[in-house]
Amino acid sequence: MTLFDFSDYGALLGLVTNSLIAGALLGIVGGLIGFFVMARDLPFAVHGISELSFAGAAGALLVGADVVVGSVVGSIVAALLIGLLGVRARERNSVIGVLMPFGLGLGILFLAIYPGRSANRFGLLTGQVVSVDGPQVLVLIGVSLVVLVTLLLVWRPLLFASVDEDVAIARGVPTRALSMLFMVLLALTVSVAVQTVGALLVLALLVTPAAAALRVASGPLAVALLSMAFATVSVVGGILLALGAAIPISPYVTTISFLIYLVCRIVGGRRSARVRSAA
Amino acid sequence: MTPAIELSGARLAFGDRTLWRDLDLAVAAGEFVAVLGPNGSGKTTLLKAVLGTQPLSGGTLRVLGRPPARGDRRIGYIPQQRLLDASTPVRGADLLGFGVDGARFGLPVRRRADRERVARLIHDVGADAFADRAAWRLSGGEQQRLRVGQAIADDPALLLCDEPLISLDLANQAAVSGLIDRQRREHGAAVLFVTHDVNPVLEYVDRVVYLVDGRVRIGPPDEVLTSPVLSELYRTHVDVVRVHDRVVVVGAGHDPHEHAEDAS
Repeated sequence: MTLFDFSDYGALLGLVTNSLIAGALLGIVGGLIGFFVMARDLPFAVHGISELSFAGAAGALLVGADVVVGSVVGSIVAALLIGLLGVRARERNSVIGVLMPFGLGLGILFLAIYPGRSANRFGLLTGQVVSVDGPQVLVLIGVSLVVLVTLLLVWRPLLFASVDEDVAIARGVPTRALSMLFMVLLALTVSVAVQTVGALLVLALLVTPAAAALRVASGPLAVALLSMAFATVSVVGGILLALGAAIPISPYVTTISFLIYLVCRIVGGRRSARVRSAA
Repeated sequence: MTPAIELSGARLAFGDRTLWRDLDLAVAAGEFVAVLGPNGSGKTTLLKAVLGTQPLSGGTLRVLGRPPARGDRRIGYIPQQRLLDASTPVRGADLLGFGVDGARFGLPVRRRADRERVARLIHDVGADAFADRAAWRLSGGEQQRLRVGQAIADDPALLLCDEPLISLDLANQAAVSGLIDRQRREHGAAVLFVTHDVNPVLEYVDRVVYLVDGRVRIGPPDEVLTSPVLSELYRTHVDVVRVHDRVVVVGAGHDPHEHAEDAS
């Protein structure tokens, strides 16, 4: 098995143009929504949603429906359940803890009884590059743009509600509605991400880049931009490295994303040590 | 002039537990009213009723001439002192800026007038030195200064403060309560100030609202914070001692430990 294989790279590159576009967009959207995932303390919810998204996609595969649609349905159901049942953090975590294994189990069941090619099976869990075809890319681009534009339009009240909920409520910010809207946007992003990096590793795109950015920056704009840059580098870099190798894309993406986090931790640690010694 | 707050015959109950009843209170513009009482007496709930997030169980309430409504921009609100979680992705200036345009939908591009307002507020609350730092790394006193700036961003006619001084040292208590009082003096804002310790704001307080087990006593501090009045309110013997310019309440409530400190 080869980890890296760069022979015929030019020809291979032509085949994955769609995936690269989808990947870059996913990095931008994932990095941006990851910023709010961190601000709203929802990393665990991302994991829960991605398992149900996997179940939805596997179910769709089984009944011959569109996998993207199945994955979107699964993640929106999960996101709405988490949003409705888990208003407080403690409740939310137990709801997610209950939903997650159920979703994963359901997905494994669907895959086990799925009679088709086995190569399709594990792509949903561990990611796939070249499988994204033309029409699917259009769907992914459409979904990403909707998420991106909506996030920009609700940016201020959503950040206010995320950071300072009591005052936001007093100020008339519709925090409940924003919370549900955010869960839907998160669900859409997760289901897009599941197509590329797989359900198990969505966190590497929706959490790690934002967590890394938070280590080295403090303003909302700086953190969000860095998070988007980190996520994009991870996906696009992962796709380029995975080309020609016999391994799924996800380990490349998660490794890049993890290395960025590591560097940011070291840089951030040095910086706060300097601030401490100056104070 | 319309009172900032008008409560008449107000009652608030959760199930069969009544927090307070027969509450009549009119707070005038420019008046500083402290709300005192033991834990669980409904101080914060009173503030939430005025804020429009907690409906009354009975009686009437008007706030600046209207029924209470969430999102009234004529009200500034300083919540219970609670430090921000680690890694909250905002700087001090962003936290304060929420008071200016945090509730506004649309592309997050700040108008020039708003930018200037944020800069002026930062200066007014003495936050120039730390406004650019991560908000969660700031001390309690620094965070509370920013919250005062956030609350006065719209020059509110009514300031609602819920234990804004908890866990601050004496110097910061004085600084933060001084900022709140300045808004009252310079802009005629009425202040409703919920606190378990009246001493840091005693010099500013016009009247106190003292809540104990559903019973209410309202009046100037000198008339309410006395041994006979509080003994009657707590229905047990309470000593109110004046030490220099501080008021110390001894022996009230069921938990002597809690009230033996200089809380009132």
